[in-house]
Amino acid sequence: MPKKKYSSGNPTAKSDFYVEFVPNNSGGVKIDIQSKTKVLHFSKIENSCQNTLADLKIKHGKLSVIDNGGQYFVLQARIEVVVKSAHPGIINESLPLLKKHAQYKSSRNRFRRSRLYLPGTQAKLMLNAGIHQPDAIILDLEDSIAPSEKNSARIIVRNALRTLDFFGAERMVRINQGNLGLKDLEAIVPHNVHLILVPKVENAKQLKAVDDKIQNIRKDCGRKEPVYLMPILESAKGILNSFEIAKASKNNVAIAIGLEDYTADIGVERTNQGRESLFARSQVVNAARSAGIQAIDTVFSDVGDDVGLRLSVQEAKELGFDGKGCIHPRQIKPIHEEFAPSKTEIEKAKKIVLAFDIAEKKGLGVVSLGSKMIDPPVVKRALQTIDLAIATKLLNKNWKKN
Amino acid sequence: MFSVVSVVKTSMGQKLKLIKNKAGRMVPTIVNGVKSIPFKGVGKHFPKGVKAAPPISICQDYPTSGNKVVDSLKDALEKCNIKNGMTISNHHHFRNGDLVMNKVFDILAKAGKKNLRWFPSASFPCHEPMTKHMENGVIGHIEGSLNGPLGKYASDGKMNGLAVLRSHGGRWQAVQDGEVHIDVAIIAAPTADAFGNCTGDRGPSACGLLGFGLVDSLYADKVIVVTDNLVEFPCIPWQIQGNNVDYVVVMDKVGDPEKIVSGTTRLTKSPDRLFIAELTAKFVKAAGIMKDGFSFQAGAGGTALAFAIYLKEMMKEKGIKARFIRGGSTKYLVEMLEEGLTDYILDGQTFDLEGVRSIRENVGHVNTSPFTSYNWHGKGNFASMLDAVVLGATEVDVNFNANVVTHSDGQMLHGIGGWQNCLSSKCTILSIPSFRNRIPIILNKVTTLVGPGELIDVIVTERGIAINPKREDLIKATKRSGLPIRKIEEIKEEVDELVGAPLDRPNFTDEVIGVVKWVDGTVLDSIFKVAH
Repeated sequence: MPKKKYSSGNPTAKSDFYVEFVPNNSGGVKIDIQSKTKVLHFSKIENSCQNTLADLKIKHGKLSVIDNGGQYFVLQARIEVVVKSAHPGIINESLPLLKKHAQYKSSRNRFRRSRLYLPGTQAKLMLNAGIHQPDAIILDLEDSIAPSEKNSARIIVRNALRTLDFFGAERMVRINQGNLGLKDLEAIVPHNVHLILVPKVENAKQLKAVDDKIQNIRKDCGRKEPVYLMPILESAKGILNSFEIAKASKNNVAIAIGLEDYTADIGVERTNQGRESLFARSQVVNAARSAGIQAIDTVFSDVGDDVGLRLSVQEAKELGFDGKGCIHPRQIKPIHEEFAPSKTEIEKAKKIVLAFDIAEKKGLGVVSLGSKMIDPPVVKRALQTIDLAIATKLLNKNWKKN
Repeated sequence: MFSVVSVVKTSMGQKLKLIKNKAGRMVPTIVNGVKSIPFKGVGKHFPKGVKAAPPISICQDYPTSGNKVVDSLKDALEKCNIKNGMTISNHHHFRNGDLVMNKVFDILAKAGKKNLRWFPSASFPCHEPMTKHMENGVIGHIEGSLNGPLGKYASDGKMNGLAVLRSHGGRWQAVQDGEVHIDVAIIAAPTADAFGNCTGDRGPSACGLLGFGLVDSLYADKVIVVTDNLVEFPCIPWQIQGNNVDYVVVMDKVGDPEKIVSGTTRLTKSPDRLFIAELTAKFVKAAGIMKDGFSFQAGAGGTALAFAIYLKEMMKEKGIKARFIRGGSTKYLVEMLEEGLTDYILDGQTFDLEGVRSIRENVGHVNTSPFTSYNWHGKGNFASMLDAVVLGATEVDVNFNANVVTHSDGQMLHGIGGWQNCLSSKCTILSIPSFRNRIPIILNKVTTLVGPGELIDVIVTERGIAINPKREDLIKATKRSGLPIRKIEEIKEEVDELVGAPLDRPNFTDEVIGVVKWVDGTVLDSIFKVAH
């Protein structure tokens, strides 16, 4: 009887590895490598295979690798996945070195104007994602991953989090729904993920389950920094429960809306004008504001339509959103440009902030500009405008001195 | 000046003396039986004497009616009295859509000819059948760019002779030096008259221009014009003069203009490459190069094409107009001409059908040739007058040396084109990704030296811009630009860590399979066979 074969990946996928493992009780380890660039990569691939098997304490079995130009941390992940499918009892992990550039922190109130979705198995897209300077990069384990690749994606994303430099972008992962999502957390949380996107949240309980799981993992692995949460509301129920969801955890920093599923749920076509989702989007903005967190708009899915994207961002900004999802690096720049404050907004904000400074210096409780009294929320908003203007290089950091 | 360092064999068993040239590379002193001069340094070779010349022709040997049309291609080739070992040449203006040259060698094969030298200005994947002709001995070897399947054939050491890789300007130089004597030149022409005047800008197979065939028409013993659009004398305009032509052949179809647009001439969709293109345009602006009356050339690679688009937007924004742009033209350059952003396109070849249309219709779109643009033996050429040129490379090293013909695995895959000639511009920029599919592009030493680092001013990658330390002026000009200007070693270190370098090195044998010529005809480097 032929021995059972365990596999990870697709033998013809470009820029990837395909790995097969046939376990055995004796005969030692055999490694077979097929690669078009053997001349340059053979010894690295071979070392990587041997080291990963050693990490997992595998002494016997046949490992076959087809190299189509993948990244080594992907190879390591796929080997771990096939070995563990063959030997479910193994609890060891084969972790790539945690790089220094993968250890930077995030902060609660940072900008989240653009967040770039990348399929969790597409390492090739991850390597340079950071150079396009999105505010956040999302390594996706949910909708962009086929069911057969879920186990592999989880480990590839874990390894990516330890290996890659995202050049200051907030490091986000979108987990799966339900129990699969909780399993994702076990792999991801110990490796400096900054924020977890929780899909299709419909009530506070679902979010709390995720948050509780994260707190347990943090305790076990000794992680001190918080893991922020961004629930995504994608159904009528989720929208109606948006306020309870928004304040369900102190780790929530934003709530997002996902319109593909929402429009399907309420039984309408999604249009570019977006009248069908006006209520939902306004609801999300109001829920976020009342919970003191950010509101993030859905993705604009026509990558080639720059004008449409800009109009969509302008509308999001007018409705009160702080950010927008993107599915291609070319969407980042237009999003940042459209979220940037206008000249008039900046000039007005400068006057308010200066008036606030004077009031503080004089110890006055009330801020006034000319004959007008300025309320505290207006001052807060002006400060945000100034921050955004500085971030988008429309205003010098030392503007008060000039 | 040079000392013999070693004696090696070629794959065909010939002995070759290798000498270390001024660039520190081991090169043969005899290439395919012709004595060769090792590279002496940039601008250090001063040949004397007179140029080569074609044999004297007498007009009374040709029909007084001016009608040189013969029955068929076979007929024309027979009349040329081709002998074994002769050299057959052609231009590459149809790029991957050439329908003539495979037919030429099929006819010569049937006629039992052997050991011919094919001397194209470039070859393309459509010329794969030539491998068959090399296997059966019809073609001894090829001197010209070796792309795709032909590159592989030569890389495997199967070619009976060394590949000689020359720049477009270097091809002209080699003919004028007498290093390559063309016995028969084939000039595929989209429109021609019976006298042999021809043009590339019109006709059902219009390919733009015919400048690469000019040297062949002037120096070959016999010249055959092949057309699928014979017009009554005179063919106006003409780029090739019928006075240099022996025979005219009419065929059903000489080329497929749709295939002029080959892979290297398509605009990139890669966000990383677009990012590099934008960064390059920003650099050109920040360095003060983009000003009224300036000039630039952007090569055929997708990134270089995108560069022109970004630069165009910046020029429009600042109200700046160029005096001239050097082609290969594309629709993007044509748009700039039509929108008044440049006075002229000085075009060497057309990369798409919009370019073909424009050169036919617009007097500001001017045809040129490697003689005007690149030739080392001209009294000057246009390349050195350019304010900026944007090019690609397969590899660069920390000393700014660059490679365009081999990959890090040692396989010979690309021709030089005008790349080497363009290095003489006032600001030479290589816009390249810092890695390709896990293979780092910045090395300690390039696999094959094609461009000496002293001529390469700037390397733009998605991870930063490295300026050659020799160009203090550029460093100073862009200091406060906010652009990511970094040391090349620093970018290299970052990429090495990302891709897990150092990788294995290919196991090079001491069999020489080809040489790279410098623009002055000296031998810059050798290509060695990789052991499998």
